[in-house]
Amino acid sequence: MKLSRRLLVLLSILLSFTLIAAACGDDDGGASASSLDDSLGLVTVGSGEEIQIRSLEAITGDVAFLGIPNERGTVLAIADYGPIGGHDVNMGTGLDDLCSADGGQAAAQTIVSDESVIGVIGTSCSGAATAAAPLIAQAGMVMISGSNTSPALTSDLQGTAGENWVAGYYRTAHNDLFQGEAAATFAYDELGIRNAAAIHDGDPYTNGLASAFKNAFEAKGGEVSGFTAVNKGDTDMVPVLTEVASGSPELIFFPIFEPEGDFIAQQVGGVAGLEGVTLMAADGLLNDNYLGLPESAGMYFSGPDVRYGENTNESTGKTANDFLAAYEAAYGEVPSAPFWAHSYDATVLLLDAIKASSAEDGDSLVISRAGVREYLNGVTNFSGLIGSLSCDAFGDCGSQKITVIQDTDPTDVEGAKNNVVFEFAP
Amino acid sequence: MNELAPPRQILDQDWRRILQFGSLCALTLVFIALIGMPVQLDTRILIRRHLSLGYLSLIWIPMIMGYLVSKELVLEGIISAKKGPRDLLAGALTGMIGGAGLSLLAVLINNFDLRDPLLNWSPQTLEQLNFGNGIGFGIGIWLLIGGALGIFGSALHVLPALTAKAVGVALMTVALVSILETAITDLLEGFRLTFITDSLYAKRGGLSVVSTIVLVVFVALVTVLAAGQGDALRVKYDALDAPRRKSANLTMSFAGVIALLLLPLFLGKIMNELLANVGLFVLLALGLNIVVGLAGILDLGYVAFFAVGGYTTAVLTSPNSPWISPELHFGIVILIVIVIAAMIGLAVGAPVIRMRGDYLAIVTLGFGEIIRLLFLSDWLSPYFGGAQGITNIPPVDLGFAEVKGSDPRSVFYLVLFFCAIAIYISWRLQGSRLGRAWMAIREDEKVAEAMGINTVNAKLMAFVVGAILASFSGAVFAAKVGSIFPSSFLILVSIIILVVVIVGGMGNITGVIVGAVVLIGVLGGPKQPGLLQELGTFKLLIYGALLVFMMLKRPEGLVPNARRSHELHQEEFLQDAWLKGIVDDDDEEVTA
Amino acid sequence: MTAVGVRSTRRVSWVDRFLTTLRIVLIALIVVGLLAFIAQQIDNDNAFARRRNPGATGLTAAQVKGLFVTGVAQGAMYGLIALGYSMVYGVLGFINFAHGEVFMLGTMSGFIASTKLSDAGYWESNFIGSFLLIILIAILVSTATAVVMERVAYRPLRDSPRLIPLITSIGVSFFIQNAVLGLFGPNSKSYPQLPEWLAKNRTILTFDIPGTKIMVLVVAAVSMAGLWWVVERTKTGKAMRAVAEDKEIAALMGINVDRTIVLTFAIGGAMAGIGGILWGLSFRSVTHLTGFLPGIKAFTAAVVGGVGNLGGSMAGGVALGTAESLGPQVILEPLGVKGVSQLRDAVAFTALVVVLLFKPAGLFGERLSEDDRA
Repeated sequence: MKLSRRLLVLLSILLSFTLIAAACGDDDGGASASSLDDSLGLVTVGSGEEIQIRSLEAITGDVAFLGIPNERGTVLAIADYGPIGGHDVNMGTGLDDLCSADGGQAAAQTIVSDESVIGVIGTSCSGAATAAAPLIAQAGMVMISGSNTSPALTSDLQGTAGENWVAGYYRTAHNDLFQGEAAATFAYDELGIRNAAAIHDGDPYTNGLASAFKNAFEAKGGEVSGFTAVNKGDTDMVPVLTEVASGSPELIFFPIFEPEGDFIAQQVGGVAGLEGVTLMAADGLLNDNYLGLPESAGMYFSGPDVRYGENTNESTGKTANDFLAAYEAAYGEVPSAPFWAHSYDATVLLLDAIKASSAEDGDSLVISRAGVREYLNGVTNFSGLIGSLSCDAFGDCGSQKITVIQDTDPTDVEGAKNNVVFEFAP
Repeated sequence: MNELAPPRQILDQDWRRILQFGSLCALTLVFIALIGMPVQLDTRILIRRHLSLGYLSLIWIPMIMGYLVSKELVLEGIISAKKGPRDLLAGALTGMIGGAGLSLLAVLINNFDLRDPLLNWSPQTLEQLNFGNGIGFGIGIWLLIGGALGIFGSALHVLPALTAKAVGVALMTVALVSILETAITDLLEGFRLTFITDSLYAKRGGLSVVSTIVLVVFVALVTVLAAGQGDALRVKYDALDAPRRKSANLTMSFAGVIALLLLPLFLGKIMNELLANVGLFVLLALGLNIVVGLAGILDLGYVAFFAVGGYTTAVLTSPNSPWISPELHFGIVILIVIVIAAMIGLAVGAPVIRMRGDYLAIVTLGFGEIIRLLFLSDWLSPYFGGAQGITNIPPVDLGFAEVKGSDPRSVFYLVLFFCAIAIYISWRLQGSRLGRAWMAIREDEKVAEAMGINTVNAKLMAFVVGAILASFSGAVFAAKVGSIFPSSFLILVSIIILVVVIVGGMGNITGVIVGAVVLIGVLGGPKQPGLLQELGTFKLLIYGALLVFMMLKRPEGLVPNARRSHELHQEEFLQDAWLKGIVDDDDEEVTA
Repeated sequence: MTAVGVRSTRRVSWVDRFLTTLRIVLIALIVVGLLAFIAQQIDNDNAFARRRNPGATGLTAAQVKGLFVTGVAQGAMYGLIALGYSMVYGVLGFINFAHGEVFMLGTMSGFIASTKLSDAGYWESNFIGSFLLIILIAILVSTATAVVMERVAYRPLRDSPRLIPLITSIGVSFFIQNAVLGLFGPNSKSYPQLPEWLAKNRTILTFDIPGTKIMVLVVAAVSMAGLWWVVERTKTGKAMRAVAEDKEIAALMGINVDRTIVLTFAIGGAMAGIGGILWGLSFRSVTHLTGFLPGIKAFTAAVVGGVGNLGGSMAGGVALGTAESLGPQVILEPLGVKGVSQLRDAVAFTALVVVLLFKPAGLFGERLSEDDRA
């Protein structure tokens, strides 16, 4: 029994020690706040300390093409913005949302466990946001995404909150409902198409967009003769194209990603019944590699207005061209997806909000969490890289303008991006 | 050790061996540099201003190779020669060849452009290799570093055993303390010992130089002083008679349980989240352990039952469920989950159990995919939400507390509860009639059948029990994440669970738990970050390498099951027995 | 056959009843689906076709033929990969999960070689020469990978329980996949364009077939014939068959077992390399994940055809390829399932289950030693 008694003693010592430690809990108390709204708490950034924000994007896996430029957009925005009240802004290590609900949740736990964080830029994927946003919001932080587009996260644009909407969530990307409507309007009104088909790839984003297109197209009186999906990793697209071919559509809308999008464009010519069909994709394929494919000649692409060009962010004074130059200099390549601009503007909005809702207290800076939200709720006609931004009651801040471009010449990618054939704005 | 031959002459080297290890060292280093580890992991600082995780990914190789090249060769039980300066030279040469490999790479990157296929043939890699000091510096420094590390590695053989041990332990501690910074900070914060972290780590992460030195000295001293204590304790424990040993065991497990129950109270969100994830995988691994470890059925579609548990919970509790949404209480849901999982287990099990081992593997893998595709499909989306999944799954209301994803501590306790059930079931089953039937089937199915065991029923039972345990995990997972998408149930999950079981020790409850803690806790799960979150894209690469290494060196797993270990090492046991002069085949005696 | 077919004479258990029901239900579904498909082909408006799928439109003859051709071509590639699985399984008795990565490395090396050739202008000026060159490179890379894999990972485990090499092969698969990811990056890489004379459609026996698919079928047939000749007509092939039958007796007969096993891996690797190039040229795209799904499908094909049976593996590949390309639209769609293309993989795995329910040793029977059947 000797051994066990000794263990018991050890255990009880350990226990009492931890209990004492727990009893001496912290009572930091609030910083002597001035007139700041402290309903969600205040954050004090001490002398010489940094203001903490975080980036949460899909930087690994098959959506990394989207997440990596987003993260870099945030990095460059912080650098352009400079310090706030003498305090540098620190993004920490870029976190990974793994483009999934579980990944988003785990990363969000990491973020909220650091109570000095004011806000998060992200996520890349709407699925990750559904799990991450409630955690972030509950901690009094805000989350601004540059590429979530699911209507469930904000509203249906008619004043009804989406089922996953939480206060404290904002985004600069457009709402899917818009893009679906824009694509359907273009196909029905401009191209005069009455019979269309839609193909998605089982991703919540592509599925949502294809459904939005279907609903809008049918609402206009058109017929969607085929609505189906491929699986990620599929290579042989003849079966899926044959499936939609049986309805003899005049247009196929496939808002999917690479490489499956490449296969559809390459193999559509060999399927009986699809001769002369019009192809239309969305922003998932709106990148230089795809626009350069010989088979993408003549295709239409719906998406955000990517003629960022000389658009200027009013807070940093930088234009999109400045940004692209800085991006290439820093990373040796061009961005692989167009949402870097949305992330840049999202970051600047957050930093503006911090600036507006903080007060200097000696050498330290006191930031009001409620004030940050209040500022963001009131954003109207902010001029950013993506155009004019105004936040609605459910966090949709993006410029809800959708354009359709046509790739007439795959050897001239820049020309294709500027070849806007249709604009859609409410 | 005294009867060894005297050290051999310095130049009396096994040149072929040096060349072999040297080129292996060089190849590994070049490979690591080209997959981009040094550059991508460079932002993670281990020792402020001196060492990043990126450089660490390179420098451990020459050290290990130096250690291996001078490792004593045991031929027929006879140790070759006493260690001496000769071995230091061997280590140095091996390390230098490795360093030369990196130097060569730097020169090649400097002069040729292969960035087109090779992503990391980049200026950043070159700069990293040169320490930002120009190509000439880079070439020289890697020869030096390689040589020095090689000597260091081989020196571990030459130094007196105690010193070598102290140095080794100190280095490992520094590596662990710096790599696990987040976890340690979180842990110490929970115990209100922030003054330790403040003095240990520099302000923006990483150990400071001073604290590194203090840590090394401290740990080395402790190792030297504590030498032999552990063995003494072990001897004491072995000397206890059976009832006392039992009570000691009991006390220890009791203390373990208390610690496990109290620990989460002192942990922050990151660590609790980690524990909750580990718990979910422990639950899955315990279930698969019954199927694979006890009954010997290789199920590669195990994730299907995880998905069934998750989706059943989502449909029955979420107000957003597209089909029926009765919004039942979690307690009732669990009962329904058990029934549904058991039914699916039977339906999947019945067609496959008569199949031969490997056919069964591919068919179960197929079933796993079929079930995921059905949940994903547009066809069934009016029932299960398709690609949009099911969101707004409510927290578990326990009356006195709420289990929800935003409070990982509560999730951990819930998982712990289910793990306790799973452990109890596994433990009871192992010794039961059914458990013995499973083991008999695993050893030889025909003989088992001849002995009157109803193999079909026994195997189906394994399937059903495994399915139920996995569905528990799925149910908790759904409540934890609050939403459910088909992308959480890829084949990869099945494979990772299997890896956890195998690496931990198949057929052994403790082993399976250890496996989950080590793999999921440290490296991370398929979509769950582990302690080494920074590894990011390299996680699966390390998984793969670790798996091959384990299977080659320790196929019985980290905590082996005694019976399986015998199966795997029969020949070695016999060999050992022959060497030790024990001629009879009594396994008990040989292993002792 | 014996070990699987014969069971102890016990009363019929509920499991047997369940399986019989399952067989009947599956067959009934297939028959009803087929009949409905035929009905809807004859007349869209007949009551039988309208019953489950009111919106049915049916397919044109050209579309059905197109589906068939693409299925056969896809299946031929599965078959080439399946040969490697089948041969290794025949000799060593475990599923070499990493074989899909051997195939992927073939595709990847072909991509690198072909882009370099294209940059040099040789790809356009002399396509046949480039084609032979990249096939050669892919074969070399795949063979070397397979042989090294055997030497490093599998040989030390020759005598361990079969679960151990299987797990090892999963590890090797993870490793290769992620090493390629690290080395070449995550983006999908595109092969250069094929020359017009090869890619254009040709009409053979009223089938309108894209040139790339003809190439796939011809190359697969030639490789298969070559392999058949090696295995059935040469001494090496005899040694391989002997080792597959019984390693110990083969060794007693003076056959170098180690060498024969290495050779088996090498030939399997070469076939995967050829398959890889065909894949790359057909779909003109490769990533580090290219080998994963085709690898699993190929093993499925090997099981469908009968493991260890080379002709069976090839036939199994073609059967599986055809089933997954025709099945969704010929059977599922008339049954009223929506978005059938999404369920393609599900159809492939269901086909596997159906085959094994009726013929537990695969369509053409397995050829394994008594040992491996246990």
